[in-house]
Amino acid sequence: MAEADGSSRAFLGLSDVSISADIPVEGDISMPPTSSSKDDGFSTLDEPVKDTVLRDLKAVGNKFVHVLYPKKSKALLRDWDLWGPLLLCVTLALLLQGGSVDSKDDGGPQFAEVFVIIWFGSLIITLNSKLLGGTISFFQSLCVLGYCIMPLTVAMVVCRIVLLGGSGTVSFVVRLVVVCASFGWSTFASTAFLADSQPQNRKALVVYPVFLFYFVIGWMILTFAPAQ
Amino acid sequence: MANTKDPFEFQEFEEAESLLEETRDATTINIDDVNEFRKQRRPGRDEVEEDLLANDDKAELLSGQKKNAPFWSFDYYQKFFDVDTYQVRSRIIGSVLPWRGKNFIDLYVRRNPDLYGPFWICATLVFAIAICGNLSKFLVNLGSPNYKYTAEFGKVTIAATVIYSYAWLVPLALWGFLLWRNSKVMNLVTYSFMEIVCAYGYSLSIYIPAVVLWIIPSEGLRWFSVVLALCLSGSVLLLTFWPAIKDDHIRVSIAFMSAIVVLNVLLAVGFKAYFFSSESPHQQTNNSSVVTLVQSKPHT
Repeated sequence: MAEADGSSRAFLGLSDVSISADIPVEGDISMPPTSSSKDDGFSTLDEPVKDTVLRDLKAVGNKFVHVLYPKKSKALLRDWDLWGPLLLCVTLALLLQGGSVDSKDDGGPQFAEVFVIIWFGSLIITLNSKLLGGTISFFQSLCVLGYCIMPLTVAMVVCRIVLLGGSGTVSFVVRLVVVCASFGWSTFASTAFLADSQPQNRKALVVYPVFLFYFVIGWMILTFAPAQ
Repeated sequence: MANTKDPFEFQEFEEAESLLEETRDATTINIDDVNEFRKQRRPGRDEVEEDLLANDDKAELLSGQKKNAPFWSFDYYQKFFDVDTYQVRSRIIGSVLPWRGKNFIDLYVRRNPDLYGPFWICATLVFAIAICGNLSKFLVNLGSPNYKYTAEFGKVTIAATVIYSYAWLVPLALWGFLLWRNSKVMNLVTYSFMEIVCAYGYSLSIYIPAVVLWIIPSEGLRWFSVVLALCLSGSVLLLTFWPAIKDDHIRVSIAFMSAIVVLNVLLAVGFKAYFFSSESPHQQTNNSSVVTLVQSKPHT
């Protein structure tokens, strides 16, 4: 009892300390929900393949929509991927085949030539903009340039459909209009995405190679002549 | 030296550092060593003394001089792209307007040669020649029924090879030659390799409008524009390189200048002959009809 008194006397001061009523003591003692990325890795491994593929397809489709309505949005730049450019490049190269088969060396561009022009051209333009002091990263720039080929691919599809109906002057004029419109659209879309990352007094120096790149691709589309 | 202190007493920062060092079995150090050590480990502190003590070569690099980066690194090439739009524009205009006494390299390029101009002017010229050659062939053969339009895409690679070798190998040869002559004769004016590449690259810019003019299938107009482009670019090149070679022996100077002119002429005439061959289809059909007439006669 004496010890109890002694110990209670030691803690006597503490009992005088009162927790004032206007500071409510509250808290949550439950575990926070696990949000670590390790768990995310496990969960995407376990999900069905359909979900993974659909997620990537949705990302690619989202970027296509961004190219169709080009506003200055950061979404295209932030989550870059190269699936879309690869798809567009292969489609365009395949569609440019099958022209002028009788003269073998003076025909249209071969599959490998289209591939090389598109990827090598994008690479050179990206290097150019980085050397001129741009702040965009390497793969982001490749992604933007690849996705902005989409209007030209659509123009190629339209041109092939128009050529099914004959290759006279009217079809040529229609094809010319379509290719010019899509070339302008591609250039406008890519400069809308790339313009912010360039230093102010060098914008024209960066835009000109993009213009040349899409001009050459547009020329390849316009001069496509099917085998007769 | 283990400092036995009350663990709850606030310890100075340096002593805590030394305590940590001792626990890691480091050799004993005192406060001065710790200060030195701290300065070496944290060069980014704001105090000026520590910056001066810390990295002398870093201060040298940041002093605004051009970094001597090795040529396989990205930074080496970045200093050749240090141009603004108005500079490129003024260099292009200066390369087509020869002015007596004004040297292209001296006026525009000095101390800041760029690779942007030469590279993209050559690329534009390659595609311009391929496209315009294709268009002119199409226009020349427009009326004839047995002409089948082909895109002639293979000519792009030929054009690219010719133009890029002209724009890079000829400056290399000239630079090597000037270097060799400089070791024999003291020249007042010396050009670096990049400056010569710049001069040649920008001098090709006059051919882009000339090539576009060659689409029009008029022979007189084509020859007129060839001669005009030759004169303009050739005279700019001559005016540029004359100060570098004029102190030399007279025969060497004349040989050098004429080599520049001859190469330029070869380039222009070669372009015209190969890409814009002007034989019309009417001549071809006439030839073939004459041949068939001759063949049919013995039968009758």
